[in-house]
Amino acid sequence: MATQVAAARPLRRGLRIGQQRALWAYLFLAVPLLFFAGIRILPAISSLYISVHEWNIVSPNRPYVGGANFQTLAADPRFARAAINTVRYVLVGIPAQMVLGLGLALLLQRIVRFRGLFRALYFMPFITPIVAASWVWQWMYSVHLGPLNKILQAVGLPAQGFLRDPGQALYAVAAMVVWQYLGFQVVIFLAGLEAIPRVYLEAAEVDGATGWRLFWRITLPLLNPTLVFSAVYSTIVYLQLFTQVLNMTFQDQGGPLASTLTLVLYVYQLGFQRFKMGEAAAATAILFVVILAITLLQMRILSKPVEY
Amino acid sequence: MKRIWTAIIVGAVVLALPAAGIGQPRVTITYWQYFFESKVKLVDQLIAQFEAQYPGVKVAHEHFPYDAYNQKVASAVPAGQGPDVINLFYGWVPLYVDSGYLQSLPLDAFPPVQIERDYVPMIRASKLDGKYWAIPTAVRSLAMFYNADLFRSAAVVRPPVTWEEFQAAAERMTARDDRGRITTMGFGVAPSGQDHHLLREVLFRQWGAAPYSADNRRVTYATAAGAEALRWYTELITKSKVGAIDFFPGAGGYRNAFMAGRAGMIVDGSFAIGAIRRGTRASWGVATLPGRTVGGAPSNFGSYWVHGLTARAQGPRREAAIQFLKFLVSEQTQRLWLDAVGELPAFKRLVDDPRLGADPVMGPFVSALPYARATFFVDEAAQRQVLVDAVNEVVLNNKPPRQALEESAAKEQKILDEFWAKRKRP
Repeated sequence: MATQVAAARPLRRGLRIGQQRALWAYLFLAVPLLFFAGIRILPAISSLYISVHEWNIVSPNRPYVGGANFQTLAADPRFARAAINTVRYVLVGIPAQMVLGLGLALLLQRIVRFRGLFRALYFMPFITPIVAASWVWQWMYSVHLGPLNKILQAVGLPAQGFLRDPGQALYAVAAMVVWQYLGFQVVIFLAGLEAIPRVYLEAAEVDGATGWRLFWRITLPLLNPTLVFSAVYSTIVYLQLFTQVLNMTFQDQGGPLASTLTLVLYVYQLGFQRFKMGEAAAATAILFVVILAITLLQMRILSKPVEY
Repeated sequence: MKRIWTAIIVGAVVLALPAAGIGQPRVTITYWQYFFESKVKLVDQLIAQFEAQYPGVKVAHEHFPYDAYNQKVASAVPAGQGPDVINLFYGWVPLYVDSGYLQSLPLDAFPPVQIERDYVPMIRASKLDGKYWAIPTAVRSLAMFYNADLFRSAAVVRPPVTWEEFQAAAERMTARDDRGRITTMGFGVAPSGQDHHLLREVLFRQWGAAPYSADNRRVTYATAAGAEALRWYTELITKSKVGAIDFFPGAGGYRNAFMAGRAGMIVDGSFAIGAIRRGTRASWGVATLPGRTVGGAPSNFGSYWVHGLTARAQGPRREAAIQFLKFLVSEQTQRLWLDAVGELPAFKRLVDDPRLGADPVMGPFVSALPYARATFFVDEAAQRQVLVDAVNEVVLNNKPPRQALEESAAKEQKILDEFWAKRKRP
């Protein structure tokens, strides 16, 4: 490469062809960067600015209030509820999604016929529009008219409240999100499994390792990069949960009794239904710090290199 | 190349023509509302009439989808854009007044004494600091929609007059499968639909608890009487089981259930007439909301959309905007509005029209206007949540109604305090 560049004839403006190529590359890279800065970074900074001001979005005045918005949130039971719920979504949803996803991927890896078909079927919920899927699930959960209670009663079990029961609603929503992301998870794990060189498994088998031992000692450690990616990605998905909750509890959003309320949904309610933009921005800032901290923590704890 | 230049020159001339004008000084004002087909069409007609009357004024009419309306208005304001005359829900007005977005209605063009003489009483919710800040063309109230076919098959001979009769009728119409799951509701309950208004302005009052103090600063429904009203309402769900919350999921599920013939009765606003007329297969009727006793004091919840004058309207634009506002709320417009949009007129003398009162669908809504009250909301979303939560605490957590109501009242009082603390005492 270096010799090629050296051999290239100098162009107008004294740029060598390699330099000129690099310049073009930077130019093209700059466009998405500007876009990213304009619609991601700048609004993020402005939301930090808003979080220390009082602003009801209609008012031209935005008085500086320091940490008052954060204090209000600290004393707000709905905010606390939303924060606890969000953590519960993460703790329930991610393990369920990853265990099921890995199990299905391992099963799919063993079959040859119809593997593509199964993979496509599992992937389908992921490409189904979230709003439409949420509404269908809401009907399935319907206490009096839904098919789920019909099935439960047909096998002699009592009807459940599902989305109408404050103790079940969060899990009912989480189940829908797991269903939705399962196919994505399976595809990621399948790719991870394919990337593990056969020789390690064969060598271990020669040494007499079988079944679970093989899985715990060889497959799982070598799958680590995929696990880290999945964990980080799903954590962000669950921390930002909004659309599914809003649409599955449309009449009493985040209800009943705030049992399904998430941080992002509460931010929306504060900002766009109650016009408390300062508080909404403060809640966003808190969420930002939490997501950043969890992501860094996960990368540190989960991503230990595995060498064989 | 030559063709391109020709095109540019022609384009420039065409664009410049209206700007150059025909020599007459014109002032252009802008009017904003949300999109509702019949309203948008009517306002277009009204603007044509207005511009014919006032040749110097041009009105630009802009409308936005309902769901995005508030956000659109709110985001336009800090950007220094927006209309001179704006259509807002009455419950948002305090926020817009506080932020300095609206100017109060000029006393000479809209004297408060005259407003209170001409208009139905509910519009006093738009009076703040002794001034009116916005004014409606039309108003809405609540009534009971009933499925006449279900009435017949359950041998309910006439619409209930008392809540006791209402409950009995609901019980007779409720149908369940062999497992006890409801297949048809006697009463399509909807705490987050219109039922929180029903509780606030109808049931609390009829059971003997005024929901708020006269100056709208204190929440006063958490009394023994208020708790009894809440108990009666929640027992429709827990005890007699004539209705289920979210029976049909989704926005307006109770109304959809009614239109599908799965609810015998619902409480809904006059704004629902159009949808119910189009979507209901069964024969249906409308009746005045029942009372606690025969001949007892009736009550109802009223609401309305108002036209306000924004702070942007200054100088000649302000003069034009005031003329347009007067035109929008005139008696003639109110008549047209009733015919074209189906919303009830806001003038007492139009409401008193016996032909309107005798209309089988409009009548029950119209007859409620003289006593309907519009709740003075300072944060409608949060105040609705408070009462929806009170119902759910009783229905789902078996909390005693009194306790649920006291907790909700405390939360709502905080919302009111926050609003009033920011306002200087008049």
